[in-house]
Order: sequence, then structure tokens, then C-alpha cells
Amino acid sequence: MPSLDDLKKRISSIKSTQKITKAMKMVAAAKLKRAQENAERGRPFSEKMNNIILNLSNSISDKNDASKFLVGTEKDNTHLCVVITADRGLCGGFNTNICKKAKNYFDKILKEGKSLKIFTVGSKGYDQLKRVYGKYIIKKINFKGFKKITYKEAENVGEIVIKLFSESQFDVCKIFYNKFKNVISQIPQEQQIIPIENQKKEELKKSDNFYEFEPEENEILNNLLPRNISAQIFKAFLENAASEQGSRMTAMDSATRNAGDLVDKLTITYNRSRQAAITKELIEIISGAESL
Amino acid sequence: MEDNFKLEIISPERIIFSDDTKMVTLPSYEGDMSILKNHISVITLLRPGIIKVQKNDGNSEDFFIQDGTVEYFNDSLVVLSASVINVKDLSKEFVDNLNKDTQDKLTDKNIADHERYVLHHKLDVLKEIQV
Repeated sequence: MPSLDDLKKRISSIKSTQKITKAMKMVAAAKLKRAQENAERGRPFSEKMNNIILNLSNSISDKNDASKFLVGTEKDNTHLCVVITADRGLCGGFNTNICKKAKNYFDKILKEGKSLKIFTVGSKGYDQLKRVYGKYIIKKINFKGFKKITYKEAENVGEIVIKLFSESQFDVCKIFYNKFKNVISQIPQEQQIIPIENQKKEELKKSDNFYEFEPEENEILNNLLPRNISAQIFKAFLENAASEQGSRMTAMDSATRNAGDLVDKLTITYNRSRQAAITKELIEIISGAESL
Repeated sequence: MEDNFKLEIISPERIIFSDDTKMVTLPSYEGDMSILKNHISVITLLRPGIIKVQKNDGNSEDFFIQDGTVEYFNDSLVVLSASVINVKDLSKEFVDNLNKDTQDKLTDKNIADHERYVLHHKLDVLKEIQV
């Protein structure tokens, strides 16, 4: 049985932890609103970009001449996985979920005997993956100290990926990130960016219209596809930022509630042992008086 | 309003402009091009320059861009670019920096002819802008 003093100390320490988690929850809620708006405002760009590329790739008749970003290298040997996580912890299962999804994929790739390369964006992903998959990680980058992640950062990451691709370092590139569905659910996603995934047939029919191109289709595609990679990565950043705040908010909310439960429980124990001590003293006094 | 079509200028971060317009002049890949309603469907790249937007109320608005993509389809014009700035918001500092950057890039001997052309063009456009 802990002493009264110990209990008191524990209660006050849990109370101060509760204050911190509550404050973090508030901060996350405020940031979430902005991040969510950003994510929503960023969606049209990547959607339209996809649309244009879809229309372009439909009108290309000669697939042999098409950009490598579209058709791939016709090989499937080396996979580059870009794992995009947060730079900060204390956000529930946010980083772990992305890593879990990525790890499943890594194991699948390795089992098939293909070679694997990992590029981690965000320090938490690197921390979680370095122990088991350390030897596969070829690049890591994080945005610690950045106040806001802009398109520039996404472009930098995109350029690295493009450079690796033009050096034929890999055949297939996938990105892993969390898609923001709502505050309590974020879905880890795996998206293939090189070569671009084949869109569904129905969509092809719908956009069956004629365009005039200036310059040639292939030239536009060559120019556009690298940009699309940055756009997709930026989209992943935005979704991730919103998911991170959402995840942190829920995690901190339940932490605050757990701390409250714990404080209640400890307070009861504290009161009971205080009463027990008083009763004990009373019994001692009474029995002492009786024995006289 | 019969002669109107919708223009959307979209950057990765947000929608910069979205409204009905009468005419839009774009610095397209092979020369400037103006778009009116019922233009043929077109997809093209942009070079550095100014997008001139003639709005319904007769006023016009100018946007400076460094690159981008344009799609016109079904009376809706979409401009995608990571570097759109309303000319009103251009600062002297920004123009000067960009000017210097471009000149620095031009000193690099290894750039392709086409890129050199684009960079020269960018310089010309920057000269025209008065802040």
C-alpha cells in the first residue's frame, strides 16, 4: 500500500500530464482545421493534373515512343518505396500505421526476390524502419524546423525521385502515406507513381474526346509527368499533415480521458487510505481509553 | 451572358482564380494565344509570361507565370501552374531575385538550346513588368 504522500505526488503528476495532453489536443485541433483546409484546397490541382495526363495518354497511339514515366521500364526488378511520415511523435498510431503498411509491402517484395530501395521522408519513419530495413534505406530526408511544408519541398523530393529514375536505379516507385478521411480515421495508402497506374477502363471511355496538342503529345507528357510526380507527392504531404493533426487530436483526447480516469481512481484510494489511517488512530485512542 | 467561359487558375496550394471570363490570352508554348468561347479542345504547355484575363465587367487582370499547363475543354479553361502570381502582388524584390536567378542559370554552359530560349524569354518578360 503506497503511503499517503506517494499517492498525493502521483495524483499531482498525473494532473499535470493531463494538462499537457489537453493543451496538445487544443493545439492539434486548431492546426487540424488549417491542415484540412489546405488538403482540400490542394485536391483540385492533382485531380486536374491526373485528368490531363489521362487524356494525353489516351491519345498517344504509339506506346513504344511514350515517356518512361508512363509505360515504365518494362522491368519489375527494383522497387523504390517512398515512405512519408511525420517528424513528430505523440500522434497515436499515425506513423506506425504507415510503417506497418510499408513493411508488409517490403516483405512481399523481398519474398518475390526483387530488390528493394527505401526513401524515407520524415524522421519518424526512418526511426521505425532503420532497425530492420536499415540496409535498404538509400535516402532520408526530414522537414524538422520547417514551419510550413510548401510545394517547393515536394518538388525537391520529386526531383530526387526523378533523378534516381533517370539513373535507372529503380523500375517501380510507390509512395506510402496516410489519407485523411476524417478526424478519427486515417487510412494508410500505397500509391504507385512510376509508372503511372493504369486507370479504369470506364474512365477512358468517358473522356473520349479530341484535343489539339501544342507541342506534340509526347513532348507535353515528357514535360508533365515529372511535374505530376511532385504534384502527387505534394498531395501526399497535405493529406499526411491533416492526418497527423487528426490522429494527434484523437490520441491526446483519449490520453486526457485516461489521465482523468486514473486521477479519479487514485483519489479514491487516497481518500480510503486517509480514512483508514484516521479510523486506526481512533481505534487506538478508544482502546487506550478503555483499558484505563 | 453568352460569350463567357469559365477560367480556373490552380496552383498546388489553392485555387487562385475561378470565374467567368470573356477572353484569356496565354503565353503558350509556340506563341501567345487568345482563347474565346467555343475554342477547340486543346492541351498545351506554357512558357514564362503574362496571362491576361478579360473579365465580364470589362476589367482585366494579369497573372505572371513561369511555367504551367493548360487544358481547354467544354468551355472551361484550366491553368495548372506552381508559379502563378497576380501581377498586382509582384514585389520588386521578387522580380529582381528572379531576374538574377535566371541570369545565373544562363551562365551555365550545359543547358539545352530550348531551355536557353525559355530563360531568355523569361528575362524579356521580367523586363516588361514594371513594379
